[in-house]
Amino acid sequence: MTFTNQGHSFEAYFTIDLKFRILYYFDYRYDILIIGMLEGLKLTLGVILVKSLKLSIAHFSDRTDAVREEIRSFIRQEKENGTFEPKCDSWLSGYSPEFSRKLASRGWIGMTWPKRYGGQERSAIDRYVITEELLAAGSPVAAHWIADRQTGPLLLRYGTEQQKEYFLPKIAKGESYFAIGLSEPNAGSDLAAVSLKATKVDNGWILNGSKIWTSGAHFAHYMITLCRTSPLNPENRHEGMSQLITDLSAPGITIRPILLMTGEHHFNEVLFEDVFVPVNMLVGQEGNGWKQGMAELAYERSGPERFLSTFPLLEELVNTIRLKGDVYLMSQVSSIASNLWTLRNMSMGIAQMLEENKTPDLAAALVKDLGTQLETQVAELARLLVSSENMTVSDQFEKLKLEALLHSPGFTLRGGTTEILRMIVSKGVIGK
Amino acid sequence: MNEITKLIIDATTKIMKDICTKKLVNEAEQGLWASELWDILADSGMITVAIPEERGGNGGGYADAFNILRLAGKYAAPIPLAETFLGNWLLNQLGGEISDEPLTFAYPNKNQLFRFQKNGEGWVVSGKARAIPWARFAKTILIFGQTESEHVVALIKKEHGHIELGQNLAGEARDTITLDHTFIKDCQVIPIEFEHVSNQLWHSGALTRIVLMAGATERVLELTKTYTTERVQFGRPIHRFQAIQQQLAILAGEYAAAGIAADCAVDAFKPGFQSKDIAMAKIRINEAAGKAAAIAHQVHGAIGFTHEHILHQYTRRLWAWRDEYGTETEWGNQLAHQIVENGQAGLWSFLTDKKSIGRIIEKKESV
Ligand SMILES: Cc1cc2nc3c(=O)[nH]c(=O)nc-3n(C[C@H](O)[C@H](O)[C@H](O)COP(=O)(O)OP(=O)(O)OC[C@H]3O[C@@H](n4cnc5c(N)ncnc54)[C@H](O)[C@@H]3O)c2cc1C
Repeated sequence: MTFTNQGHSFEAYFTIDLKFRILYYFDYRYDILIIGMLEGLKLTLGVILVKSLKLSIAHFSDRTDAVREEIRSFIRQEKENGTFEPKCDSWLSGYSPEFSRKLASRGWIGMTWPKRYGGQERSAIDRYVITEELLAAGSPVAAHWIADRQTGPLLLRYGTEQQKEYFLPKIAKGESYFAIGLSEPNAGSDLAAVSLKATKVDNGWILNGSKIWTSGAHFAHYMITLCRTSPLNPENRHEGMSQLITDLSAPGITIRPILLMTGEHHFNEVLFEDVFVPVNMLVGQEGNGWKQGMAELAYERSGPERFLSTFPLLEELVNTIRLKGDVYLMSQVSSIASNLWTLRNMSMGIAQMLEENKTPDLAAALVKDLGTQLETQVAELARLLVSSENMTVSDQFEKLKLEALLHSPGFTLRGGTTEILRMIVSKGVIGK
Repeated sequence: MNEITKLIIDATTKIMKDICTKKLVNEAEQGLWASELWDILADSGMITVAIPEERGGNGGGYADAFNILRLAGKYAAPIPLAETFLGNWLLNQLGGEISDEPLTFAYPNKNQLFRFQKNGEGWVVSGKARAIPWARFAKTILIFGQTESEHVVALIKKEHGHIELGQNLAGEARDTITLDHTFIKDCQVIPIEFEHVSNQLWHSGALTRIVLMAGATERVLELTKTYTTERVQFGRPIHRFQAIQQQLAILAGEYAAAGIAADCAVDAFKPGFQSKDIAMAKIRINEAAGKAAAIAHQVHGAIGFTHEHILHQYTRRLWAWRDEYGTETEWGNQLAHQIVENGQAGLWSFLTDKKSIGRIIEKKESV
């Protein structure tokens, strides 16, 4: 459909495709596309809300530039001190409580949160700059990542005053880490099949069942656990779920490692056997867990970690080619670089909109889809370019290339698979 | 398929199925030698295929050997089968002695040549070579080098060198061997035409990786197909979802393409001679390997990303093998030269003409 190209000077654009008997009406004031389909005498109309794919442009203030300088010099210093070696996928596999506490002491965890909860009341864009710099450098941020990214915002939105006062300052100090308790053996993409059972008792619930693929459960202190506080209603499977903050050291919880194919210990199986969760650990409303969980996803899917997991390799690749002085090879990096630039702008646009309390879910799903494809492409490009000219590469390059490749299967699975994301996007675009 | 071929395939399949289990492959990665697998293959005469009986081999043709190797790829066999085939073929060609013990070689790279000095009864040898497949498990190793007057290949015992362990990204042994003024008394030292031998090994080495990958791709397709009928989400097996069907279809296409590319490259194979087939097959299969691995992992979801699941034994090998003996870029460059040399006749003629294949002389220096 070509209306966007042609319609710039018009308020609305109208066209009929006679061959297929389709009518398009595009209205620029409301950003809606109306499609009419003529079958015999019957006209079927569909409305597409184009707006949900339109993103804001994020603008940086001078203050943000200062933040960037600050974080860069911090990272430079840490690298010089040998605190860390750049790593691909460091937001998942770079676990360092010391590093997390250092960031916290500089006010870089929970940056946007209210000061009374230990935050700094900085803008989402300032936070964005901190996170993207940390990721690009491949620094070890896994310990606090989930708590900072999604537990904090979840509690701010739905948590009780008591929960906010208790958990947020600890997270902001880099001392309290959270895990995501969504997936179960039979509930992967089909999350509504969650069956972890929460039975109501005096003052709380008793949990029985299991979670699986839980990243960092072996070092996290708590998990936001999606469970069934009412039995499954086959008519509406999204009903009756709740989010409970579960203390992972509670009696009855067993955490078993599941090794990645590289042999690394990253995710776990979390087994619940008569685990008591007090009533004050309910997040939001009982039975509203599905909706609340979905609201987290825009945070989970749109951040820079969805396209920067392999950036340390890309940087090393560019370095290698630069030292060789081969402009033709460098030109091969251009397409990825431009793609990265675009994704970063999309992602920052979403950050901006989240701050304005908008929910750009579709765009978030798109950032994740496009971004994770790019992450995988980086590893492919690296092996092809560097093999082209008897180039000498550093051990660091080889190490990063291996990490990028061996972690790549996870990129397009975690946080919603590509297939599921595309269904969300296409449903959204069709306006269902 | 003739009787003998079928017999070889059936027998090898049975051996691999029975012995080359997930456990065995994992243990090999931990450093254990798969002796039982090797011994049974040796006892069944599979190791010295494609060497005439009068030369101490077991007869049969190259295609038979590559069929065996393809099954080794399909079952991720952690043994130096490819290297022993190539090593023995080279020894046979040079009039050396053949055996069915595990044999490997240091790829004859210009910048890792050993120095040989005659000393009475034997030789004093110095040098270092990297990324030797399975060196730690081999009985003997072929190393390449120079005497004062010529290029040579020598068959040394593993014990003559110092072995440092290494591995490729699939956890397969890729070791370094160092000799430091080591005196070796009786060893076969045979003069060679260096460029020719090195290029011959570059081509035949690539062909071994081609068939290994064709085998692994087959296994990856089987595993994926089975998984889609077993895994239930949203109340149905996932192969009922169109997105999964599309993935399976693409994977099947890559498998089919990999298979025919491997078959044709094997068919055109003549040691010491080069044809365009190996170049094209390596490029195409390298691409298939990447796509197949990615699709298989995507379809398997998180479970396929675990060490417990068997999938990674094949996908990691696909990733490793596509980079051994030339990436798409390296072979692409070689092919580009061939196309240019084909001149005005153009691409169509290049693709279709049954050009007589030429003896390998062209330089190729990286591995
Ligand atoms: C590295 C990593 C970390 C993770 N961390 C966590 C964590 O911390 N917490 C947590 O709760 N979970 C975590 N997960 C789990 C992740 O969310 C799931 O892997 C994901 O939701 C997919 O579920 P599954 O693995 O069961 O695959 P399945 O849902 O079984 O999917 C298998 C295949 O079928 C496809 N498929 C399924 N349904 C459909 C459909 N309707 N239409 C088309 N295709 C379909 C999928 O796209 C996929 O390709 C993690 C996963 C990984 C890989």
